[in-house]
Amino acid sequence: MRQLLAVFCALWCAVPAGADVTLSAHYLHVEVPLPPTLSNLDPIPEDNGLAGALTGLKDNQTTGRFLGQEYELSQTYVPEGDDPIAAAKALLATSPYLIISAPAEVQTAIADLPEAQGALIFNTSSGDITLRDADCRANLFHTLPSDAMRTDALAQVFVQKRWTDLVMITGTHPQDVAYAQAVRQSLVKFGLDLAGEKEWAFDADMRRNASQEVPLFTQDFGDYDAMILADEVHDFGRYVLYNTWEARPVTGSEGLSAVAWSPVIEQWGAAQLQSRFEKAHNRQMTSQDYAAWAAMRTLGEAVTRTNAVDPETLRAYILSDAFELAGFKGRPLTYRAWNGQLRQPIAIVHPRALVAQAPLDGFLHQVNELDSLGLDQPESTCEAFQ
Amino acid sequence: MIRTTLAALLLTTTAHAGEIWVTNEKDDTVSVISTETLEVIKTYETGERPRGITFSKDFSLLYICASDSNAVQVMDPNSGEILHDLPSGEDPEQFVLHPDDRHLYIANEDDAITTVVDTESRKVVAQIDVGIEPEGMAVSPDGKIAITTSETTNMAHWIDTETQELFANTLVDSRPRHAEFLRDGSEMWVSSEIGGTLTIFDTATQAEKAKISFEVQGVHPDRVQPVGFEFTAGDTHAFVALGPSNHVAVVNAETYEVEDYILVGRRVWHMDFNEDRSLLFTTNGVSGDVTVIDVAKREAIKSIKVGRFPWGAAFRPTN
Repeated sequence: MRQLLAVFCALWCAVPAGADVTLSAHYLHVEVPLPPTLSNLDPIPEDNGLAGALTGLKDNQTTGRFLGQEYELSQTYVPEGDDPIAAAKALLATSPYLIISAPAEVQTAIADLPEAQGALIFNTSSGDITLRDADCRANLFHTLPSDAMRTDALAQVFVQKRWTDLVMITGTHPQDVAYAQAVRQSLVKFGLDLAGEKEWAFDADMRRNASQEVPLFTQDFGDYDAMILADEVHDFGRYVLYNTWEARPVTGSEGLSAVAWSPVIEQWGAAQLQSRFEKAHNRQMTSQDYAAWAAMRTLGEAVTRTNAVDPETLRAYILSDAFELAGFKGRPLTYRAWNGQLRQPIAIVHPRALVAQAPLDGFLHQVNELDSLGLDQPESTCEAFQ
Repeated sequence: MIRTTLAALLLTTTAHAGEIWVTNEKDDTVSVISTETLEVIKTYETGERPRGITFSKDFSLLYICASDSNAVQVMDPNSGEILHDLPSGEDPEQFVLHPDDRHLYIANEDDAITTVVDTESRKVVAQIDVGIEPEGMAVSPDGKIAITTSETTNMAHWIDTETQELFANTLVDSRPRHAEFLRDGSEMWVSSEIGGTLTIFDTATQAEKAKISFEVQGVHPDRVQPVGFEFTAGDTHAFVALGPSNHVAVVNAETYEVEDYILVGRRVWHMDFNEDRSLLFTTNGVSGDVTVIDVAKREAIKSIKVGRFPWGAAFRPTN
């Protein structure tokens, strides 16, 4: 291999001799207590996110060996009760590159550390809209789509299918409440009507009586075109499908869902990423895996093209027009220069197939159709990127 | 109008009877199109997920990448019978036959490997580590250089066919899909699907010589995605499939200017010419058909329904 590189450099390499560059990044997972859910059918994988980062690392390493560039990724798990800020401090002392799975407030606290100034941190776990808005940070990038990007995608489907009369059932967990708020904003943005809304407040075991309770619970919605579930912790939603009083499609957190990634995505070369991932980790790739993969690949792409490993150069390149990431979604992925959000198509899926991909045909934008999803430049109050 | 054009074409093409063979990725078949009648005359079954397709130099054998069967299948094109499988490494997607008519260079998409197979001894001669998701394959006319492009590593890997080792790796734009040498070997072209460009390399120095980008009216630049391409007679022009923009671009191979865009079927992927290169046949994956282009007029003259998700195309003369 060394010999080969030497030959290759003699023939082509424009980079200085011995230009071995090494990018070290850290994956930081902060454990969050999960609320109990009615069903245990789909446990969240323990390496959710990390597995994606490792696949991205491997992709980078393969490219790197042809260019004399190396990549490393360390992993840190902060158990419940331990101090994630102290852990982040220690990591930032050794590398400015952090890929994080943590609640939004932990992420901003880390980004505000003196040690994090000039660092490049990737949020791969939180769809929190304020992180892309008033609470944005210049050193915090987002590879996971915001909740707004996902609910805007869903709203585009409603518009296209002329499902204009909508109702929503909302869970009570903070994630559910945030998602429901994003849904309300998206419906206003796309001129749709939320005719009814109910809070899910059962404490009975729906595994046994969903067929009795859900028809009654949904009967007073009257007629509508489609139902939206705000059940981001995936507690009750699965029991609503096919049990509603009116025979109408169920969308949102269950049923027809808008997601960053899903095992059912197979076009645009995605089948290759899926099979590479499954071979390595013996399970299917989740949205959070995809976000962590994209973060690692973003760093890799920037190093490949700039042959640099300092965060200032990489950050500038990532935000420039020259940057583009091939993310198996059919178009180049880039970052929004106003809030550090990775622009990306959103998949509209059911558990067995891809139904559509937003932005849908006809949703135009003066700059980039992908900006019809989520906070556009005029809407975002993020100032850190200016 | 179309009828008279067709009649004229029929007259001019009778001297060059032939067939275009098309792999149908989601039907596990090949469709055979007559270049005279422009109709499907036969359909043969293949292994799973057939993609790359090429003939031996005397057209007596057809090689098919049956990706999900993890084999290159060898078919007798006169009978449609599968004669045998060649070892190919896992998930062969695309390949190229060396001018020696004996060695196949195969891109193993899932394994980041290029496999070299001797079609006579039916043995793997070499396996070369390349970038992630190798796809585009080309070999120089003198047979000295083979090229593999890797989609996620974004490189063209230059293989010395004598030592079967890499001697250069050149970066291109995102998701390189296809590579071709000019017939005189002086230039090597690579298409980049997500980057939306064609990069042209000087073969002798492996230095980038030019880069071509495309602009289709009414189509967002993100959806203009160059994939397969072929050179016209005399290498004066390249016809470039632009994927989901549903157009084929005509590029002047001397000035590197894009001269025309031709509307074809949906998600145009690969292509091949008839014998005198007066007609071009493009595979359109999403619409499940093949568009026939009159090369001189630069017009689509017919759509031919084939199987599901047509992928590759290869010509053979029949007279």
